[in-house]
Amino acid sequence: MRALFVALFMRDLRLTLRRPGEALLPIGFFIVAVALFPLGIGPEPQTLRTIAPGLMWVCALLATMLSVSQLYAADHADGTLDQLMLGGQSALVVAAARSAAHWVLTGLPLVIAAPLFGAMFGLAPASIAMLALTLLLGTPILSLLGSVGAALTLGLRSAGVLVILIVLPLTVPALIFGTGAVAAVEGGQSAAAHCSLLGALLIFSVLTAPLASAAALRLAVE
Amino acid sequence: MRLLNETVRAHMSARERALRGPGLAIQSVPQSSNHALHAASPASVTAPPLSALGLACERGSRRLFSDLAFELHAGEMLWVRGRNGRGKTSLLRLVAGLGSAARGQLLFDGAARPAQRRVVYIGHANALKEDASVLESLAFLLRIHGGRDDAAALSAALAHWGLLAQQHALVRTLSQGQRRRVALARLVVERQPALWALDEPFDALDANGIDCLNDLLGAHLQRGGSVLITGHQAVLAAGLPRRELDLDDCAA
Repeated sequence: MRALFVALFMRDLRLTLRRPGEALLPIGFFIVAVALFPLGIGPEPQTLRTIAPGLMWVCALLATMLSVSQLYAADHADGTLDQLMLGGQSALVVAAARSAAHWVLTGLPLVIAAPLFGAMFGLAPASIAMLALTLLLGTPILSLLGSVGAALTLGLRSAGVLVILIVLPLTVPALIFGTGAVAAVEGGQSAAAHCSLLGALLIFSVLTAPLASAAALRLAVE
Repeated sequence: MRLLNETVRAHMSARERALRGPGLAIQSVPQSSNHALHAASPASVTAPPLSALGLACERGSRRLFSDLAFELHAGEMLWVRGRNGRGKTSLLRLVAGLGSAARGQLLFDGAARPAQRRVVYIGHANALKEDASVLESLAFLLRIHGGRDDAAALSAALAHWGLLAQQHALVRTLSQGQRRRVALARLVVERQPALWALDEPFDALDANGIDCLNDLLGAHLQRGGSVLITGHQAVLAAGLPRRELDLDDCAA
């Protein structure tokens, strides 16, 4: 089981490095989308500082959704998914490995890029640190939930949009607690409660999302 | 009377003859009488690696075949034939465990899917990644099935298929026939007398590739493995023992 996880995870990393352009698309979307807001809203520093956490969280959410809809599609189309599922019990490992690889390739770059934009929006260092922390806790949730949506819509024609419609409502709690934590730090309060709840959400997603993805994958190959 | 659909019945066991009695529905035969029939037939004391009882398969709302029954013994090749869309691929996927039958059951060594019975399934799709090299693709396929993936096994497999010179080439630079060879190269490393389910394995292979695959099939049957195969009969080597399973006979 561990060997399968490592084999899949390493394959995903290696294949992505062969096509770095594709891997950079979500982070490119994030950068462009975040950079557009000051142009549309106006350069008022106080306004930008207020909306920055929510803005970056929503853009991170959309960037993740853009890339997650194709999580299993290529493996499904070329027969790799069939081979992976032959073991019978390996659907769970497949879902876990794909979600983990997706987070490393999409979520982690967002966590790294967010502080740069925090500085651009004039956030205080403490707020920037909190933003990075909430994204660090939150982006794995997005990858895990996105993987469930991708598995459920596998083989459907309008899968890309459908994944977003299915998954976005599920990500609302993560969005609320993530932006709430940064707002609390901005307001001089403790963000411990928000972070704890976000951590609890992460643990819940880690425990349940791969199971749901695995069940959906088993249905998809039949 | 279409309870048993094998067109060539050279290997028909006493049990099968008994089951062909009038009005006896195979799927309703209880397990106990099943074993009793086995015991009565000295030729089949051990359960066959694969047997199907009253198998039916549906694709969407369409019934592909029903009341399909066959036995596949050790060291035997069963060639599945039938018109396009008759359910050849669906049958192989059922055997591989990718899907569930609408009715009936598949027994592996006489039991419903024991954990240790491994089916080597190579489907119509090659399961290769365009951006991976030949060597990486083969190593990945072997690794996910828990097979040997050391350098010696890999080069032996590639050498058998004449792919050593292309081992570092990316899959996207290969022709269809070469891709098929990479997908089938796994079979060289499979040394267990397991059940092979091969869906159109001869597709896109040239004459030399067909010989390569026939050699592997022959060696596998020699060591007591069994093969379920689809594709054109003309390319199967004449020396290989085979029976036919005609899905047209049990079209729903």
